[in-house]
Amino acid sequence: MKKTSFLSKQADSLQPSGIRRFFDLAAQMEDVISLGVGEPDFVTPWSFIEHSFHALEQGYTSYTENAGMLDLREEISNYLLGSFGVNYDAEKEIIVTVGASQAIDLALRATVNPGEEVLVVEPGFVAYVPTVSLAGGTPVTIQTRPEDDFKLTPELLEAAITPRTKAIILCNPNNPTGAALTRNELEKVAGVVEKHDLLVLSDEIYAELTYEDVHTSFPAIENMKERTVLISGFSKAFAMTGWRLGYATGPEEIIQTMVKIHQFTMMCAPTIAQHAALEAMKNGKSSVDYMIKSYKQRRNFIVSSLNEMGLSCPNPGGAFYAFPSIRETGLSSADFAEELLQEEQVAVVPGNVFGESGEGFVRCSYATSLKQLDEAMRRIKRFVDRRI
Amino acid sequence: MQEQEIELLQLIEKNANLEPSKIAKLMAVSEEEVRELLRSLEEKKAILGYSTLIDWAKVVQKEEVTAMVDVKVQPARGSGFDKVAERIYRFPEVKAVYLMSGAYDLSVSVEGKTMMEIGRFISEKLSALDSVLSTTTHFVLKRYKHDGIILDDEDDNDKRMVVTP
Repeated sequence: MKKTSFLSKQADSLQPSGIRRFFDLAAQMEDVISLGVGEPDFVTPWSFIEHSFHALEQGYTSYTENAGMLDLREEISNYLLGSFGVNYDAEKEIIVTVGASQAIDLALRATVNPGEEVLVVEPGFVAYVPTVSLAGGTPVTIQTRPEDDFKLTPELLEAAITPRTKAIILCNPNNPTGAALTRNELEKVAGVVEKHDLLVLSDEIYAELTYEDVHTSFPAIENMKERTVLISGFSKAFAMTGWRLGYATGPEEIIQTMVKIHQFTMMCAPTIAQHAALEAMKNGKSSVDYMIKSYKQRRNFIVSSLNEMGLSCPNPGGAFYAFPSIRETGLSSADFAEELLQEEQVAVVPGNVFGESGEGFVRCSYATSLKQLDEAMRRIKRFVDRRI
Repeated sequence: MQEQEIELLQLIEKNANLEPSKIAKLMAVSEEEVRELLRSLEEKKAILGYSTLIDWAKVVQKEEVTAMVDVKVQPARGSGFDKVAERIYRFPEVKAVYLMSGAYDLSVSVEGKTMMEIGRFISEKLSALDSVLSTTTHFVLKRYKHDGIILDDEDDNDKRMVVTP
């Protein structure tokens, strides 16, 4: 009989995501309209799917280069240059990964030493803090404020830096708040980053989904390219979440170290997904543009509906999330989400699962058909009217 | 202005039933502006009508028959194909007429209750026109997709999990 737990202390001490409990609750119910989903409602554009059939028929079923097919890396390089004006060498400075999630993991494992601190901006994606811990680093959160529209300010950044700070993970546009930093705001952040010689992991998975200003990629800012790992992928703008395909670009030294870890732990990203992504890069623009246009219209719709019913919601500049305040109802985020689910069968995600500063807010994804959004707004209004 | 017109038209092209109040929210403009845009688009005949795409088979046991007819015609001096086309498209049985490149001249879509009825129309009316040289009739057996809409698309339910990060 075994006497002790076989689990590692570190893995055992990881806190399960607050989203999990809520998922279990929502999954048991019927007729739920979900605004809780962090992925597009669009199915992957048909030409990408059809191209993957073709690749399979041609027999592309073996491994690819560890860093991903060179054709694909070249297409990514062209795409980043054309879309955001950042220039990366396809052979040395780009790695294709299993989703942006793996790119974040690799980047952290390639750069962080035990005891070094990594800054995580909150409210933020739920995986950053645990991934930093797993890489041996110490996560330090920065709580952005509603009065700044949840944008990272140079003052907040400066206040969080210690002699042990190594890096910052910056998600722009942000999940869950939809906050998108302008070039000017990013330049101010860059000033602090350079002063303290920090590394930046810039998660730009929502880069294409910006609705007001053109997206500024962090490495496009002066002197930032040499200290930035840009992380992105195909999941969001290209509606390819299930294909699990992302990429990272950055200084050769870091990318090649990521490739080294990747070759031992993953070999390569799925071949068939790489072929679909190749088609997405070559011929995907019109499909992507159509989806962006739809998201923008739905954003306008959900933001004005939420404000009309008394849930104050700033206009998010990017991603596909609205992050309204629910303080007027007197409920906590968790109670709001749970009671809304029970009474009106609408699923939203409590803001506090994304960090303590998300308390008093809920995340509503508008990656949902207009018909569903319309009905969801009717139900939320009914719920709110009973409380305000 | 033109950008707004295009956005509005693209919204109602797929759903003529969209209320102006909703369109206003989607486009982030006032409802009055939407009504004004609609009025001006109707005036300049950019919007010609608001039709509904119906799958009649779901409601009544009514067999609709559609035929695509390839028509070769003798063009007329001065008016080319236009006069002949007009002679044809004025018939209410004719749902669409296109001038084509290639092996024939006009593509004519005809609807009727039975094949017999369509056959009668083609032999007695269409082929009987002086300028019509020949016709080849193809009956539609099944409609899969019409005007960009997939019929009987039963597999369009949301396959995502209810809550994801």
